[in-house]
Amino acid sequence: MPENTQHNPLRDPRDRRLTRVAAPSALVLFGVTGDLAKKKLLPAMYDLANRSLLPPAFSLVGFGRRDWNDAQFAEYVKEHVAEHARTPYNEDLWNQFASGLRFVHGEFDDDDAYVRLAQTLDELDRDRGTRGNHAFYLSIPPKTFEVVCQQLADHDLADSQDSKGWRRVVIEKPFGHDLDSARELNAIVERVFRPDSVFRIDHYLGKETVQNILALRFANQMFEPLWDARYVDHVQITMAEEIGIGSRAGYYDGVGAARDVIQNHLLQLLAFTAMEEPASFSAHNLRREKAKVLESVVLPSDLGEHSALGQYTSGLQGGEFVKGFHEESDIPADSRTETFAALRVDINNRRWAGVPFYLRAGKRLGRRVTEIAVAFKKSPNLLFRDTDNEEFGQNAIVIRIQPDEGVTIRFGSKVPGTQSEIRDVTMDFGYGHAFTESSPEAYERLIFDVLLGEPPLFPDHSEVELSWKILDPFENYWSEHQVQPEPYAPGSWGPESAHELMARDGRVWRRP
Amino acid sequence: MIVQMENTTAAKIEKKLNQLRDENGVVTLGRVLTLVILAQAGHSEMAVEAANYASHEHPCRIIVHVAHSRTDETRLDAQLRVGGDAGASEVILMHGYGDLAEPTETLVSALLLPDAPIVAWWPHDFPQNPSESSIGRIAHRRITDSSRADEPFASLTQLARQYTPGDTDLAWTRITNWRVQLAAVLDQVGPVAVREIVLEGNAVAPSMLLLGVWLSQRLGAKVTIRTDGSGRALDRVALLTDQGAVEINRPGRTVAVLSQPDQPDQQIAMPVRDLKTCLAEELRRLDADEVYGEVIRAGLDAAEVCTAAQAKQEVGDVVEAEDAVVETGSEHMTAEAADRGGAAARDGEGDTSTSGSDEADGAVRP
Repeated sequence: MPENTQHNPLRDPRDRRLTRVAAPSALVLFGVTGDLAKKKLLPAMYDLANRSLLPPAFSLVGFGRRDWNDAQFAEYVKEHVAEHARTPYNEDLWNQFASGLRFVHGEFDDDDAYVRLAQTLDELDRDRGTRGNHAFYLSIPPKTFEVVCQQLADHDLADSQDSKGWRRVVIEKPFGHDLDSARELNAIVERVFRPDSVFRIDHYLGKETVQNILALRFANQMFEPLWDARYVDHVQITMAEEIGIGSRAGYYDGVGAARDVIQNHLLQLLAFTAMEEPASFSAHNLRREKAKVLESVVLPSDLGEHSALGQYTSGLQGGEFVKGFHEESDIPADSRTETFAALRVDINNRRWAGVPFYLRAGKRLGRRVTEIAVAFKKSPNLLFRDTDNEEFGQNAIVIRIQPDEGVTIRFGSKVPGTQSEIRDVTMDFGYGHAFTESSPEAYERLIFDVLLGEPPLFPDHSEVELSWKILDPFENYWSEHQVQPEPYAPGSWGPESAHELMARDGRVWRRP
Repeated sequence: MIVQMENTTAAKIEKKLNQLRDENGVVTLGRVLTLVILAQAGHSEMAVEAANYASHEHPCRIIVHVAHSRTDETRLDAQLRVGGDAGASEVILMHGYGDLAEPTETLVSALLLPDAPIVAWWPHDFPQNPSESSIGRIAHRRITDSSRADEPFASLTQLARQYTPGDTDLAWTRITNWRVQLAAVLDQVGPVAVREIVLEGNAVAPSMLLLGVWLSQRLGAKVTIRTDGSGRALDRVALLTDQGAVEINRPGRTVAVLSQPDQPDQQIAMPVRDLKTCLAEELRRLDADEVYGEVIRAGLDAAEVCTAAQAKQEVGDVVEAEDAVVETGSEHMTAEAADRGGAAARDGEGDTSTSGSDEADGAVRP
């Protein structure tokens, strides 16, 4: 589609009302019965249709073990769309959307099922005009990637010389559990799909607020001059959840907080916060700048001193009794999997040398929050000496990613009436309490970008590799030294060692 | 919360707003613009409702000036709505009587948000020259609605004559979805020569004319507007090419059918847009819409638009309404269509089946 837009006389770069509509295409969803599909993917597709962004021919093919026919699948989709979609349910719209729903039942290794899938896609090309454009969304465990990719290739469903339209594959994290496995996984996928047809979803990048980091930094003149080691003391990136691991024991045990979120979401946030200005929003330029920052990351010489691991215990959290990590179902008593991880990295480039970046992520913490806090150096204080210096003076810019999206700026102000007393006050920009009501879900944006073939918001394999190169040394250290995660109370801000990590550097964690 | 103020002044209103904020902590965060609605008595509520909805996407302060009779004694009454009664905004309704029936900059200036863009919106009739009116002069954007004005075609012609960058008309906003889908179809079809463009509906509303002009300008083909007497104004657009017709047909209110050569028919979800969605789209950009400018200014004269009444006996009407040709400023626009367009838009007033408005019928009044 993009190649035609320049010859289209109706297109005009000045005409920004003319949003693009994805090309006619079929999306094959593996893992339709998963939580992600139910809560996010299916509703997001309906919302896209509702916003008139999907092409009329758009068809969704579910692939799974259930013995469903198309109508039963449609019923299932409808149930979850009604429950989770952001936009209102409309019968006519639903019928239009539902007319493109198909279901192919079978096991991932079942040859016949892929024959039926190929038939279904052919029929859709013929009857609905999907023009041979097929995207495969693998919302399934990584260990099944190999068999699915191989089957797709064997049945001529993946990239091939004589395929009519485009072929794309969408994969979700985790992209491996270390550098080697990530490479292995990538090799499997790229054996059958071209590198530029692989879309790795890090749903954080679909969030408006993450994209807003670039706007804040580069669309404004007042922040960027301060955005370096001369003025910034350190940066804290926090992703806290108030919930436990719930029913995800099978996935979570053996993975842990660092692999689960630091390797992908937090390092991406770090890249956005620290990167240089890209020459454009193109995938090439954006990825290059992110990769440059990730390549400049240096690890502390003593990995143990500059990292902390924790596991939540049972107890009262916000007035409710919750189970400890070891009491969650299916967690072995000797599990060393961390539910909290904090670590320090440095960025060895001209802009950031000497500014530590502290990353922390955990479950059963004080509240659900993801934020980036850029803490500035204290001002040399001559005039207001009488005031207790600890009380004020550290300016901060806090970018709140979720919830309550926005930006807070903290600065000192004179207390009225007193001689010369200073207190920190905050100035708050909320993306608005009602403002985000109609802003699209991350998955809407990302699925739409997949169908458009717009890769800037998807990390490429080199970023994945670089991220593992940062995390792997920590993971190796923790496993070689048999580091035992330290218990912490639910609803707290992590184990004592996390606070010590900061105290050693003469700093404290911000209370988000 | 709703506060009534009778026989008041802008200064008192501002004071009251500040007091409400201090006492109740009712405050709208991050307002991005001031929307000034210039309404006529009895027609303000629907506009306010649409603005409240749009404020969820664009937090704003909404100032509504309601013009009452100029012959009344000069008086200003106000109503303030904040918190839950005002969406993501704060609404200041100002009822002006007598001399204050004329909205002016001096009346509202104390209430405009500092440093924020101003958008003026005339939900129905608008002054002779919006960009030269007192409010229009200070506004960054001026939104009119020719299809809801008393004389849709006369209004459109007037807008064409006086276009100033920053003007837009909701008749243009109402056809965005049609334009998006048509552009998307041509993305797929690739380079193609369009011989003729046919728009069908039962009347020529301003939206239909703008769509015709835009297509004609861009594709360099003649536009024929056919009136077929079906229920609604714009329901079919066909691009005739050598390979066959590319056609979007929306007989109902939500789903359109796309037909093109060598492809199966496809259904497009394209619900009729109501007033609030149109306004929200309009507030999304605060710079001038140059494409609209080209369409309304050069387009109405230059584009090859002709209308074909399906029944031959109606030719008589064409001659009768010759004046209308001049009025719309389009040489090729025959009078029959203009005449019917005007009539239909007025007929539309009786159409209460929609809560908002439509690409075509336009003139639904509360």
